[in-house]
Amino acid sequence: MEHIVIIGNGISGVTAARHIRKMSDKKITLVSAETDYFFSRTALMYVYMGHMKFEHTQPYENWFWKKNRIELKKGYVSKVDHQKSQLIFDSGENLKYDKLIIATGSKPNKFGWPGQDLDGVMGMYHKQDLENLEKYAPTNKVCKRAVIVGGGLIGIELAEMLNSRGIPVTFLVREDSFWNGVLPPGESGMINRHIKNHHIDLRLGMNLKEIIADDNGKVKAAVIQETGEVIDCDVVGLTAGVSPNVNFLKDSGIELGRGIKVNRFLETNIPNIYAIGDCAEQHEAIGNRRPIEAVWYTGRMMGETVAQTICGNKLEYKPGHWFNSAKFLDIEYQTYGWVFGKPKEYEAQFHWIHKDDTKCITVSYHKETREFLGINTFGIRMRHETFDKWLTEKKDVDYVMEHLAEANFDPEFFKHFEKDILNAFQKQQTINA
Amino acid sequence: MAVERNMALTGQPPKSLNTIQKIGVLIGISGLLVLLLAAFNLNLPNKGLWLTMSLSALITGIIIFSKGSYDKKLEGIKNDGVWFKSMSSRGVLAWIAGVALTGFYIVLYFFAELLGLGQGVDGTNTGLVGLFDPLSRLLSGNPASQWFVYGTLYTVAIVGFGIKFLMKYKHNRYEQLRTMSVMFFQTAFAFVIPELMARLNSDTFSLPYNDLKNMWPLNYYAFEQWRVDQFINAQNIGLFFLILAVLMVFVISPWLTYKYGKRWYCSWVCGCGGLAETAGDSFRQLSDKSVKAWKLERWMINTVLVFSVIMTVATISTFLGYDATKYWFTKNVFLISVGVFLTLLFTGILYFKRDQLNNSAVKGAVGFFILTIAFLVLIAFVDLSQIQIQAKYFSFGLNDKSYAADSALRTFYGFGIGSIFSGVIGTGFYPILGNRVWCRMGCPMAGIMGIQQKLFSKFRITTNGGQCISCGNCSTYCEQGIDVRAYAQKGENIVRSSCVGCGICSAVCPRGVLKLENDSLDGRINSNEILLGNDVDLMDFVNNK
Repeated sequence: MEHIVIIGNGISGVTAARHIRKMSDKKITLVSAETDYFFSRTALMYVYMGHMKFEHTQPYENWFWKKNRIELKKGYVSKVDHQKSQLIFDSGENLKYDKLIIATGSKPNKFGWPGQDLDGVMGMYHKQDLENLEKYAPTNKVCKRAVIVGGGLIGIELAEMLNSRGIPVTFLVREDSFWNGVLPPGESGMINRHIKNHHIDLRLGMNLKEIIADDNGKVKAAVIQETGEVIDCDVVGLTAGVSPNVNFLKDSGIELGRGIKVNRFLETNIPNIYAIGDCAEQHEAIGNRRPIEAVWYTGRMMGETVAQTICGNKLEYKPGHWFNSAKFLDIEYQTYGWVFGKPKEYEAQFHWIHKDDTKCITVSYHKETREFLGINTFGIRMRHETFDKWLTEKKDVDYVMEHLAEANFDPEFFKHFEKDILNAFQKQQTINA
Repeated sequence: MAVERNMALTGQPPKSLNTIQKIGVLIGISGLLVLLLAAFNLNLPNKGLWLTMSLSALITGIIIFSKGSYDKKLEGIKNDGVWFKSMSSRGVLAWIAGVALTGFYIVLYFFAELLGLGQGVDGTNTGLVGLFDPLSRLLSGNPASQWFVYGTLYTVAIVGFGIKFLMKYKHNRYEQLRTMSVMFFQTAFAFVIPELMARLNSDTFSLPYNDLKNMWPLNYYAFEQWRVDQFINAQNIGLFFLILAVLMVFVISPWLTYKYGKRWYCSWVCGCGGLAETAGDSFRQLSDKSVKAWKLERWMINTVLVFSVIMTVATISTFLGYDATKYWFTKNVFLISVGVFLTLLFTGILYFKRDQLNNSAVKGAVGFFILTIAFLVLIAFVDLSQIQIQAKYFSFGLNDKSYAADSALRTFYGFGIGSIFSGVIGTGFYPILGNRVWCRMGCPMAGIMGIQQKLFSKFRITTNGGQCISCGNCSTYCEQGIDVRAYAQKGENIVRSSCVGCGICSAVCPRGVLKLENDSLDGRINSNEILLGNDVDLMDFVNNK
């Protein structure tokens, strides 16, 4: 029986395992150094906030794996020996495979800041990070202030977490507006205000200079580069992005860039070795996407695709229309298609914001052809299927704006804003015309 | 698991109360204290005044506490620290509350005299029941009973905690409207109107206490002889209520369930649901989501339903049996028509809905059907009221009376299901087992509407394409123990008989993935093996395989 070994039990690895089991009878082993059982990484924050217990983040009950004959192996892979088709663990153990899927995900970026390895400095990515946070920031008596460095999605989640326990947070964001590399100015500005409304000390355009230790090698303060200000704190969160977790493959003969280089079939340069999820890097970017996409959804899709290939139905990884979502404190965000933070030269954007400052949308369309290119929504839920269809059919922006109500996904009885949005859109069009 | 041990030890975070919350607790507890003093027979002089003070203190306390909890926060989901608080995570407070509530139910159902019922001179009330006399006289003109005390406190709980719920979900209009609806139906239909109706009663005219929205089989005594007689004797208005009761079961309820799912009743109207949604809201995360619990649930709820059908048929058949002249059809005609009706219904479902029933559902259904028909035949040939059951065989000799089989059946149902299950366990165990144990495991009405919802309703919870991130908030906060995530992460719509449509899964979802919808029956159950997001070819491949 063919033995499929998967390194990493995150969403990519587990999705691959589940789909291979659905389609075949192969032997499957899932290797992880982090936890025994699969849990939803995106839900870690809710454990600290007390919304859920850790067990609730596990989508499958513990008997699921045995019943589906997916063997779980806890261990840290230190080397891949592709000549002998085996993995070598740091314990010295070996494991033979016929096909190997690498799904080791990411690790938090560290940019060589002085003091970045002190006690009380952590990312917010692994279960171990959560345990660390619980140790150094259990209450606002133990942790009088926290400093977060880095203005992405994980940063704001960490801010929300600490905020839920009444721990004051200073949030250093390198950019001059939150996540403005991705979000257009109107949206980014609204989120800035929303963060401040939660009494989070948001410092835009600021970088970390160094982290100062106390006598025990624990964090005492953080220093801001621009102002030289010393902020006393007990915890520093480093959330300046992630990079592929591939160090253990350095001398393995597997071709690496920043991540593991794969072709459109998710194959590496070594036969029978595949890479999926955050750690995989496309030779060439697909459409507007980046070569490395550290996004939950794309990880899942790669898992689905590689499972097909491994079970004899060789399939190219062809992600459909881009979509993503997140939540900024109390504001939900969804995106379909492409809306760029800094509009491309062919791109026109229409922005609408509600006067309560918690809802807005941005619609992107082609200046000349008026083809609808994408939408960002904040505080209004939209239907994935509808936008997928409109993008495929290349609807023009006027059609989309007139039919926006069809795409609404808010709960029943919620207020609708499609009329306001359409009016504002038509007004803007006449001004521009 | 290091994380959880740490949390149990430190745990202090958002657990401590702020000043406003403390004031709320103080006022609420003082209201409770008055009730307690009355229960211990302290003679309070001006009962009307003390009762007013006590009940207002209860409601005000809850409102002030809620203000302290939610007022200063921005609109949004308020579940911070739920699993750190003793009360909402099966801690010491939860156990104390559970034991106290259960104790209260036991006293209420079986030892009402301890609450002062009929303990005064000439059988007047003293103690706690006596305290409620002024309010009862105001409404119905009669002295209070232990059920009046219960009904009042029940209503106070729904109104008080209903207001708390409204503050907690101020950003969510579905939750707001639904809660106002249960508050209204409890206060008006279940509490005030029946009491006022009792004023119509005289020596020559008498209507049974009637909560119009409480229908069979949840109202398991709806068709007992004394009630039917009372209705018929109350001429037009009684007959109207009787016909309405039948229409509710066979026409109104199925039609509304077809249009909106069983939520129209379970989370918008029903009193049991009303208490669960308001006072029980803090405990919704405690329901068991394991597959094991799901299996148990399916057996329990359907068994109760079958038992309730058999019990009701037996009851009606006995009074048709010895009073054949009074009604236009006889016992055997009745039994045969029930048999024919059930057979047609059963075979119809098995034939037309065969694609939606899995193997175990069919097996279970056939078993229950045979059992029911066997009972109908038994009842046809045997006069249950003639069979005497010796209680001493079941009571270790403590009770040496004998009972007629039909009344024994009724008593057992009323006692076992009506009191113990729906009251003592269903509500008393809120802080331990979650707030919908009864609705999920025992309510025969939920059983019937569940079958209708699963097979014939336009209601479903839609999953938004591929946007689910498997975080598990939806499953955690499902009071009915449905593993919502299991469906959402497959991109599958959720069509489950037990879903009461409370809408909380949709509210707590951080990605806007779930929506309660009423739409056409086609495409209601969609199971894509591959989620939206991948290229269309791949989806075609898998779906056409």
